[in-house]
This record gives sequence, C-alpha cells and structure tokens, in this order.
Amino acid sequence: MTLFQISEPGASPLPHAPKRAIGIDLGTTNSLVATVRKGLAVVLPDTEGRPLVPSVVRYGEDGVVVGYDAQACAIRDPSNTIVSVKRLMGRGLNDLGDDRRYPYRFVEGEGVIRLATRDGVKTPMEISAEILKALRLRAETALGGAIDGAVVTVPAYFDDAQRQATKDAAKLANLPVLRLLNEPTAAAIAYGLDNASEGTYAVFDLGGGTFDISILRLSRGVFEVLATNGDSALGGDDFDHRVFCWALEQAKLPPLSAADARKLMTSARDAKEMLTGHDAARIAAVLSVGEIDAMLTSHTFTEITETLVRKTLGPVKRALRDARLTPADINGVVLVGGATRMPQIRRAVAEFFGQPPLTNLNPDEVVAIGAAVQANKLIGNREGDDWLLLDVIPLSLGIETMGGLAEKIVPRNSTIPITRAQEFTTFKDGQTAMSLHVVQGEREKVADCRSLARFELRGIPPMTAGAARIRVAFEVDADGLLSVSAREETSGIESSIVVKPSYGLTDAEIARMLQESFAHAADDARARALAEARVEADRIVFATESALAADPDLLDDRTRDAIDRAVADVRRLRDGDDRAALAKAVEALNEATAGFAASRMDRGVARALAGKRVDALG
Amino acid sequence: MIDFSQNHFELFGLPLRYRIDAVALERAYRELQTSVHPDRHAAGSDAEKRLALQASSRVNEAYRALRDPVARATHLLELRGVAVDAETDNRLPVDFLTRQLERREAADEALDAHDDAALARIVREVRDDASATEVEVARALDENDLEAARSRVRQLRFLVKLAEDVDALHAAEIDR
Repeated sequence: MTLFQISEPGASPLPHAPKRAIGIDLGTTNSLVATVRKGLAVVLPDTEGRPLVPSVVRYGEDGVVVGYDAQACAIRDPSNTIVSVKRLMGRGLNDLGDDRRYPYRFVEGEGVIRLATRDGVKTPMEISAEILKALRLRAETALGGAIDGAVVTVPAYFDDAQRQATKDAAKLANLPVLRLLNEPTAAAIAYGLDNASEGTYAVFDLGGGTFDISILRLSRGVFEVLATNGDSALGGDDFDHRVFCWALEQAKLPPLSAADARKLMTSARDAKEMLTGHDAARIAAVLSVGEIDAMLTSHTFTEITETLVRKTLGPVKRALRDARLTPADINGVVLVGGATRMPQIRRAVAEFFGQPPLTNLNPDEVVAIGAAVQANKLIGNREGDDWLLLDVIPLSLGIETMGGLAEKIVPRNSTIPITRAQEFTTFKDGQTAMSLHVVQGEREKVADCRSLARFELRGIPPMTAGAARIRVAFEVDADGLLSVSAREETSGIESSIVVKPSYGLTDAEIARMLQESFAHAADDARARALAEARVEADRIVFATESALAADPDLLDDRTRDAIDRAVADVRRLRDGDDRAALAKAVEALNEATAGFAASRMDRGVARALAGKRVDALG
Repeated sequence: MIDFSQNHFELFGLPLRYRIDAVALERAYRELQTSVHPDRHAAGSDAEKRLALQASSRVNEAYRALRDPVARATHLLELRGVAVDAETDNRLPVDFLTRQLERREAADEALDAHDDAALARIVREVRDDASATEVEVARALDENDLEAARSRVRQLRFLVKLAEDVDALHAAEIDR
C-alpha cells in the first residue's frame, strides 16, 4: 500500500523506549492479547505456549480462576463457572427471554444482569474484568512492566450499552484503555497492512457469540468503514446449541440438569469442530439420565444449521445497501472468527459474493493483531508507514417523542466522532421539567428499540406550550460511546440532568466494585493506584516535552514558564508516595498546556490544508 | 484547532457554490482528519483529546452535509439568509404533491402484489425526478434566485425521502 507521511504534531523522533501497548480481543469463547515487538505484531502466549485464553471464569473454593483451568471445571461446577459472559454484557434479564441455555443462578431484578456465585453476586462487567485482568497480567509478565495503554475490541454491532459495559469491565480490571475498536475493523487493519491492499473489502466476522459484517474502503492509507451490520446474539455458540438439541432429540432424553447440559454442550462443540475436516463426527456422552451416542454427518449438520447460516446473509445485504454497493463491487472478502472455519459458512459466503473468501490470516488471531497495531500507533510508538482509521456507529441513536416514536438524531453508519443536536419543545403550558428517553435502533417505535438511558431536565422556566427550546445534543466519541446533554435555550438558566443508565453501572457502583476488588486483591491497592498515577505522569510529561520540542515557537515566555514549572512539579512528585499530590500536579499540567494544545492543532490543520506534506509518497 | 466559525465550504477550502469538486472535497477531508482525528491525539493531554474530539466531529459533520445534496443546498441558502423551513409558507405545489401521492399509492399496491419490478421502477422514477430537481436547485443558486432555490430544495428533500421510503419497501420485499 502506498501511504503518505505527514508532518504532524507530536511526531518528533522518539528519544524514549517504546511504551507498553497491547491489543485485546475479548471474545465470547476465547480471548487473546497481542503486542507489537520490533515492528511485528505477535500474540502473547501463556507459559505453555498456548495463545488463547478460554473466556471462562470460575469462582472456586480458593478464589477466581480464568481460562483453561476454569474451563476444566465447567462440567463439575456449572453455576460458578461462567462461560460466554460476553453475551450478557449490557443486557437485562428480559433480553434473555426464556432462553434456558444458561446454567447460572440469575438474581431477579431490573437493569444489569446479576449472577449469584460462590463469591457473591457478580455482574457481567465484573466477570469480564477477571478475563481482562488475566490478559493484563500475561502482558505485564511478557513485557516486563505496567501496561501503558490497551486497545480492546468489541463487535461492530455492539450497541452503546454493550460498549459501555466493556469499557467498565476494563476500568474494573485497571486497564488503561486507549480505544474501543470494532473487531472487523481491527481485522481489516491487520489484513490490509499485511497484504498492502487497496479497494473495497467485506469483513465477515462470525465469532463465538456475535456476528459482524463491515464494508471497508482501503485507499491511500485510509481505512474507511462505509457500513456495518450484524447480529450481536449470533455465533458459533448457536451452532453448538443446534447440535445439542439434535443430539437430545436423537436420544429422546428428558430435560437435562445443568451439569449434564454442560457435558453435552461440550460434546456438541467437539463434534462441530470435528466436522470442519471430516464428513462425520460421533457425539458420545454419559449423562445422569442416560447415554447419548449418535453419529452426526456433515450433511445433517449443514441441514440443522441452515437457518443460522441464512441469518448471516440478511445483515450482509443490509450493509451492502447502506454502502450503496452490490456483491460485485467487493474486491475481497475477509473471514474472521473461529466459526468461519465451518465449511457451510465458507460455501455461503463464496456463493453470495461470487468469489472464494480470503483466509490467509489466522481467523482466531487477526483481531488481536489488528488491535495491537492500533494500540502501538495510538500510544505513539509509531514506526514507518502511517494510516488513518475512519469508523462508523452501527445503530441509529435517537430520542423518544410523543406517541412512543423514536426520533433519530444520529443515523446508523455515521462516521464517528460525531456531534448532533436537535431542538424539542414543551407539550403543556407551564411545564418545568421534561423527561428524555435515549434509545438506539432502527425501528420506528421506541418499544422496539434498545433503551439506553433516561434523563430528566429540570428548571425549565414556565412558558406556554411550545415556547421553550430544549436543545438535546448527542456526542459520539471515537470509541462509539454516546454522551447526551440537554439545555433550555431561551432562558439561559442552568438545568440539571439526572442520568440513569438502563443496563449499565453507575459511577458509584464502579467505584464500589473497584474498592471491593482492591480489598480482595493480594496486592496493595494504594501501590497500584500510585503506580497508575506515575504511568499517567510519565505519559503527560512525555507528551508535553515532545510538543515543546516540536513547536517551541508557539509559546510566549510566560506560558512557557508556566508549563515548565508545571512539568517540574510533576517530575518532583513523580517518585514520591503522595498519589493525590501527583494527580493534582498532573491536572495542573493539563490545564497549563490547554492553550498550547489548541495552537498546535491550528498549526497542524494549517499545514494539512496547505498540502505541505513532508514526503508525499502517494 | 479548526476555526469553528467557518462555514462548511471554508472549512475545506472550497468555493462557495452548489456544484462541488468531489475529489477536492475528499482530499481536504482526509487531510483535515489526518491532523485532527482523536487517534492522532490519543497520547496527548486531556485538553488536546477534547479538542480533537470536537474538531473531528465538526469535520465529519461538514463533510456529511456537503456530500448530501439537500443539506448542501440548505446550508448555502442559510448562508444567504434564507431558511428552508420558514415559519410561514411551507407549502409544496399541489400538482407536485398529487404526483408523489400517486406514486406512493402505486408503491403500496406493488408491495401488496409482491411486484418487485414495479417497486424498482418507481424508485428509479423518483430518483430521476430528484436528479432533475437537483439541476434546477443548482441553477437557481447560481443565478441567486433564492425563492426558486428554496422551493426546489423543499421538493428535492421530499423526493429524496420518498425514494428512500420506497427503496426500503423494495429491500424488505427482496429480503422476504
């Protein structure tokens, strides 16, 4: 790929050692962590050389266990061994319906799902945080110190609640998140940079529990997502479940206990994997209610999973429509996710696009690799080629209006970040408060969309109906996360907003969980907080010094003095024990450099528009 | 930081007219995003990250508006002091409305009859009308005939919406 190099703020040659940056693929079935070493992205294996961490968390008698050791207990201790927790992220109990697949003890209630375990009641965020912690520790061991920044991937079709839940899990795992990155986009980065590709690509990502399709244009160093679609509750797990149901039917057994169900599910998964390279697989399991011994042929397997395969094609068609393209416009189809190993998936994709899919990268690892490459770039360890990523929001964001209808404010497939505002007005004379309901989805009726949050805007001055002007602003950041603010415009009176996330954690809950996990953890909470404050201090001092070296002429003596003094303060406190004082000094440095940052962006923009590229290779 | 007081055209260094150079627009967009996108400032201070978020959002919004015929025309009219949705006189010509209403009914009938081809034909007709109207919008704006431009933009918006609606019906029919 021809890439252009751009003179850019902060791009001064790095005098320091590279920062420790990692990419994490937090999968439904398996998770991975990768990093860039000497310009090459590599997955970090465990001490036994295994790259994957099964996304399984067990609350055992002697503490929390993650990965293969937890997986080994799934059959023996199903209600304390949580698998596929990703499916529960950002969801409420009512979302699961009468799905009896889960052998857990759910705690009845509104909002976030809660599971009763041996170690107390846990939310999906806390359980995911255990997986992230295990990956962080693996990376810290491999890289020899605290992680400076991580990119965590999410399915492109994750809604705001699911993204927020993932970010909260990272917070609970004390992971400094640089960015949430969409999984198919991460795969495209790994693939595109590896193959020097140009053109329009479809990334078909069928994971353990989620399905994404993204259409991307790769040209002159820009990865531009044109459209994305998917199903955040469709994946390899569902194929296992079909096999499970088929086997039950063959054996004519009564409903199974949790332990039996886990056992049969494991056999079902083994059979599915066997069928990737074979024409038939035997499903044999000795259960407490009887024995199962059945032969599943690939023909039958294809037949019983046909509806699932077809379910992937709807989103593919919709994504192409949104991108205003036809299958013939696609230059290549990249397969991602372990479930794309199934022959019937490969056949369906090849038939739909009229070309064999590209499979030259390991579908299990490609997402983590792309995330590591992005993390390496975001943290500032840039080397050689440069590129830019433009991603989109997968589902429309809107607000409930009269009659239970959803008014879309940010349409799906808008390039992020994006800010959109819309004005609303009062319905009754003298109305002083307004309740706002933020929803996500494509349907007309609010009841068919996902509820994200409810706000209350108070202190509207009494006016006749329709006279007040309430400006509701939606801001979606580069992580795809939404924040909403509302203001009454005619009065200028400050109004208060109360946010109640529908399926998320409040800041207070996160603070409490963090405290609890500190209390639990063997390592000293204070030492960790101090270590983190030091990482942050180093980060900002480094950023400031690079900026000062690059654009010293933008500062007058007074501002320069103030910045130098603020830097000196941070340095002085850096190696002390007073975390609060260090945090304060960092904050002061942040404030001292605010104006400088603005002038530097001015200059960057001026350069960009003047076309003064240092070395235009394109 | 970018200058937030600039209009969409100024932001990308384009002349203030309806017909735009799509290649120049895309080039300017990419160059601006390359300097302001949050990914370029992820290792910076909080203030810098905040600025990058605002600047990048602004650039995305302006780019979207300039690529969208209705939004671009609306923006040009606003710059000339004309609100497309004024408090008074929001009518569309009766013969125009009648024609579109007939099309909408024809689309519903075609849907009931599962007539793919008819739906596709209606979408094509409406899109052709929209293209023709866009030419008139461009001419009116070039000639600074603001009242004509305003009226045509409103018709264009109606046609674009109608085409989208019928196209969605068509897509649902194909998916079925």
